[in-house]
Amino acid sequence: MPPQNDPSNVAAAFSIPFTRYLAVDGSVEEELPDFAHDPAALIPLYRAMVLTRIFDEKAIALQRTGRLGTFPSSLGQEAVGVGAASAMLPEDVLLPSFREQSAQFWRGVTMKEVFLYWGGDERGSNFEGPREDFPVSIPVASHFPHAAGVALAFKLRDEKRAAVCIGGDGATSKGDFYEGLNIAAVWSVPAVFLINDNQWAISVPRQKQTAAQTLAQKAIAAGMPGEQVDGNDVIAVRDAVARALKRARSGNGPTLIEALTYRLTDHTTADDAHRYRSDEEVSQRWKEEPVSRLRNYLVSQDAWNKKDEEQLLSVCKEEVEKSADEYLATEPEPVSEIFDYLFKELPDDLRAQREFAIARIGGNEHD
Amino acid sequence: MTERTLVEAITLALARTMDENEKVLVVGEDVGIDGGVFRATAGLINRFGKDRVRDTPVSETVIAGISVGLAAQGFRPVGEVQFMGFIYPVIDQLLNHASRLRTRTRGRITCPMVIRAPYGGGIHAPEHHSESMEALFTHIPGLRVVIPSSPARAYGLLLAAIRDPDPVVFLEPKRIYRSIKEEVEDTGNAIALDKCQLLRAGRDITLVSWGAMIVETLQAAETLSTEGIEAEVIDVATLKPLDAATILNSVEKTGRCAVIHEAPYTSGFGAEIAARLAEYGLTNLLAPVRRVTGYDVTMPLPKLEHYYMPTAARVVAAARESMEFS
Repeated sequence: MPPQNDPSNVAAAFSIPFTRYLAVDGSVEEELPDFAHDPAALIPLYRAMVLTRIFDEKAIALQRTGRLGTFPSSLGQEAVGVGAASAMLPEDVLLPSFREQSAQFWRGVTMKEVFLYWGGDERGSNFEGPREDFPVSIPVASHFPHAAGVALAFKLRDEKRAAVCIGGDGATSKGDFYEGLNIAAVWSVPAVFLINDNQWAISVPRQKQTAAQTLAQKAIAAGMPGEQVDGNDVIAVRDAVARALKRARSGNGPTLIEALTYRLTDHTTADDAHRYRSDEEVSQRWKEEPVSRLRNYLVSQDAWNKKDEEQLLSVCKEEVEKSADEYLATEPEPVSEIFDYLFKELPDDLRAQREFAIARIGGNEHD
Repeated sequence: MTERTLVEAITLALARTMDENEKVLVVGEDVGIDGGVFRATAGLINRFGKDRVRDTPVSETVIAGISVGLAAQGFRPVGEVQFMGFIYPVIDQLLNHASRLRTRTRGRITCPMVIRAPYGGGIHAPEHHSESMEALFTHIPGLRVVIPSSPARAYGLLLAAIRDPDPVVFLEPKRIYRSIKEEVEDTGNAIALDKCQLLRAGRDITLVSWGAMIVETLQAAETLSTEGIEAEVIDVATLKPLDAATILNSVEKTGRCAVIHEAPYTSGFGAEIAARLAEYGLTNLLAPVRRVTGYDVTMPLPKLEHYYMPTAARVVAAARESMEFS
């Protein structure tokens, strides 16, 4: 063994920076980045997080009353998606995992569309807003290589656009996570990979997911910068993603960002987190959650008051209710639609099955 | 007139489509300066440059995964997987993403990509290099599975596959990559997908096959002809979606059928063809449908491989048994 303490024997050395601007109580820890100097500029971020929280509550209520399918709440993680999406340009492409509705809403995916998707209707992924954004990826980490492909397309066309891919802490244990990062770095494509590290992959805690000290350091193996941010500080998330996007757009390749947050509720409506973690742990983590943190900061800057809060809650609830009503009033598609988007043109061999499927419901397509 | 091998016809079709459409890219392991382990991409990097002919790291997931991303952005990636034994990670991407993007976004995002891979035994290759697992892909909705059986058909079908607006798995019978030569002109004329190819007309029995086994099947048909048995030979060419009508029409005429494939017996694609005949052509059948296939065994290494491979003699024997059935 060569001596370990001799610096000349170190082949390479790395460190993982950590960024946080707002302390848990909303006080300022570090000098804020430019975009956050005016507290009023942070209000849209606050609003987006609150809206997502109310949307999630409504989605769970709809699921509990049999009007929505299994649903993954993002309670406590709203800052990750809002921070990332607010740093993006409209022409960028988002490739989200299944718990990033806060990012999708910012990008222009409608609440009705997200309700439709989790309500079991494919039209929910036919976004009217961001036409090139990917639908959510359910198979964990399988979309990381897609982000490299999308980013390569931008690079080949010499466009100043970037792909932003979001996955969970569990995703970092998968081969396709690393394979996607690796090729993105080899080809130096404009991609940003963001890990929403919410500490729990269903019942498996972060410590059992990997022995690595940080998830961000997995970037080092792929040959790209990795950094960690407080994922409950929306300013830190937006700042890190904005810096990574700038890097990507300047032709300097991809970045991996690990956003430390916490899943304050069940994995999905089909899960019961009480089976595997204590109430004490969860109530401890409530003290760090992103919405009250930013609110405390805004209040401390006289940029927000009780009346603003009441007004915002009322407006958000109204919007969510309106979207839920639109979703609930949406007629299901006819059975023909399960065939008609499989290929550009229906192959002859499927024609008979399509005709059979229509005939067996007696021509009443909504049976 | 130029005689070409099957692998040369593949190269020709790749070059043709790259020339006519700048969105066509080739990605895979060693596809660049090396021209691919079978030289299917030989010379493409010199002609089209390294942006469009891209060596990937050793990651089949990446070959398929970046193709999904590129295709979603309007490119037409053609991914090469070196051997079928390494294609299984690709199934994740094909099944979970490529084949369903159009459906799940209701046409908003589409996936016009091709995955090419050589398959099949008979060339004394190492372990994991000789399997015929085409049936796995035929079970995936939204995916086309295309297998050529000659240089000319390889050229025409690959043109069609790359021009197709949806994902295609294009499996190349590597046993006949270089063993057959035929006239292949660079006409740019595609051969329609989703259609069986009638290779030999006959009145007595229908022999259905694809890929390299077409060689043994045609040999068997010649032998049978000397015995007065005229076999009709159908090359399925596109396994999925299946052109069942051509097969059913042929069996309506002959009343007898044997399906020949190198892949294992159980749940091989021959089972699908036999089932279609049972379902839609039973009253035309004068004998049970026969299957001449590999065995349900792990693909043997080269020393015992020849015991596994179906032969022309086995096809002839199956056809004779079918003819004798009453």
